[in-house]
Amino acid sequence: MPAQDVRELRIVGFLCNWCSYGGADTAGVGRFTQPTDLRIIRVPCSGRIDPLFIVRSLMNGADGVLVSGCHPRDCHYAEGNFYARRRLEMLKRFLPITGIDARRFEYTWVSASEGQRWQHVVTEFTRRIHELGPAPSFNPASEADWNALAVQASQGQGCPCHG
Amino acid sequence: MSQLDDLKTAIKSRLGELECVIGWEQGYDPLHATPLFIRSEADLDRLIIGPLAVHNLATYLTGYKGKKVGVVVKGCDSKSVVQLLNEKLINRDDVVIFGLCCDGVVSQRKIRAALPADPGFVESVEIGGDGMTVTVAGQAATLKFADVQADKCRICTTPDAIVSDVLVGTAHTPAPAASLACQDEFEAKSDAEKLEFWQETMSRCIRCYACRNACPMCVCRDYCIATSRDPLWLSQDNTPAENMMFQMVHVSHLAGRCTECGECERACPVDIPLMLLRRFMNKQVKDVFEHQAGAALEQTPPLLTFKVEEERINERGW
Repeated sequence: MPAQDVRELRIVGFLCNWCSYGGADTAGVGRFTQPTDLRIIRVPCSGRIDPLFIVRSLMNGADGVLVSGCHPRDCHYAEGNFYARRRLEMLKRFLPITGIDARRFEYTWVSASEGQRWQHVVTEFTRRIHELGPAPSFNPASEADWNALAVQASQGQGCPCHG
Repeated sequence: MSQLDDLKTAIKSRLGELECVIGWEQGYDPLHATPLFIRSEADLDRLIIGPLAVHNLATYLTGYKGKKVGVVVKGCDSKSVVQLLNEKLINRDDVVIFGLCCDGVVSQRKIRAALPADPGFVESVEIGGDGMTVTVAGQAATLKFADVQADKCRICTTPDAIVSDVLVGTAHTPAPAASLACQDEFEAKSDAEKLEFWQETMSRCIRCYACRNACPMCVCRDYCIATSRDPLWLSQDNTPAENMMFQMVHVSHLAGRCTECGECERACPVDIPLMLLRRFMNKQVKDVFEHQAGAALEQTPPLLTFKVEEERINERGW
């Protein structure tokens, strides 16, 4: 989703340094068109990703979280992604009970040479998140809160919070 | 001889070699029990067992690591001991396990709801047959065990301690695995309904960490990430999101380790149904890894190991 036609959503991507980050780079070098909603965080290995990184992102207002690492058996550290696969699968299966839509989180494997595949993953995932729309906040501000905020903002420096 | 006398005799014969034996005694009123640390034969007289002995005493074991202690366990508590042994958090040689054949324990929350008025201080409790008579402010109320039994006892498959040095009481035939109606009902709700439920429920949470402190598997103590400032996982905000985030931390650190003893929910002062989350996570662990924490000795928690080809994890095609 290019930024021009629709509002951009916040998608956080955790990518392993050796494969998926390289894959995203390959896609960039190859000038493949990609949606711009994804913010990439580079981590040493998918095994570095604590499932709580994902939970924290979703709770702090991310609309979607994408995790990508090396294909199984291709991990730079031999077995990081095997542990990651188990952890991420448990998180994915756990999310429904919390009321967070499990489709907002996905994990996959992209190697450094798979620029095309990276483009496909990002495009598909971004489309899915746009279909789901912005994530509902866990701390919903009430109508009254927003109105109070609007009144304060309209007063500029004269509002009560500026003394 | 009754089960209690058998237990007392068994403890008396081992007491000399142990730092202490952890059991239960009557608390501030006849309805509430409290943990008892038996150091001498005189303490032994205060020991009680039965439906009011609700606490999971395995929680104390890691605090005694390196010392030799005894512990009295029900069937559910023994699963926590097994899990602690499997994770090498305690040494088998350092614990003497007095196992009970348990007939189920009560839920204080359900008793409170079943009594006509808030109990405050209970004058007397008579246990007999399939129920109990509770006297509050001169008024006696008769409660059936079936109505005030803890949820975990309704679906209990291990009433007898699965690991023990001494097992007292008559063994039960274990019931087949079942699920709780309240759990199934909640899981069937839509995401929006569940979100709304947790927002409402978590706004009650006062983040006292009683759930964490009562948990036999929470062994980090002073190093818990919930109270660490660096890294700062949780802010001091007492918002539903931060409170929920703490539960997510708790549940994910217990994935494949939780033995469903229900201590978190029992300890919660604001009645948050925390077991909804725990039971759901355990169900997923069982589905994917065919693993039940604490069910047998010599098991490795599933997240501490891996298989190169996972049979039950479906690699989603992109």
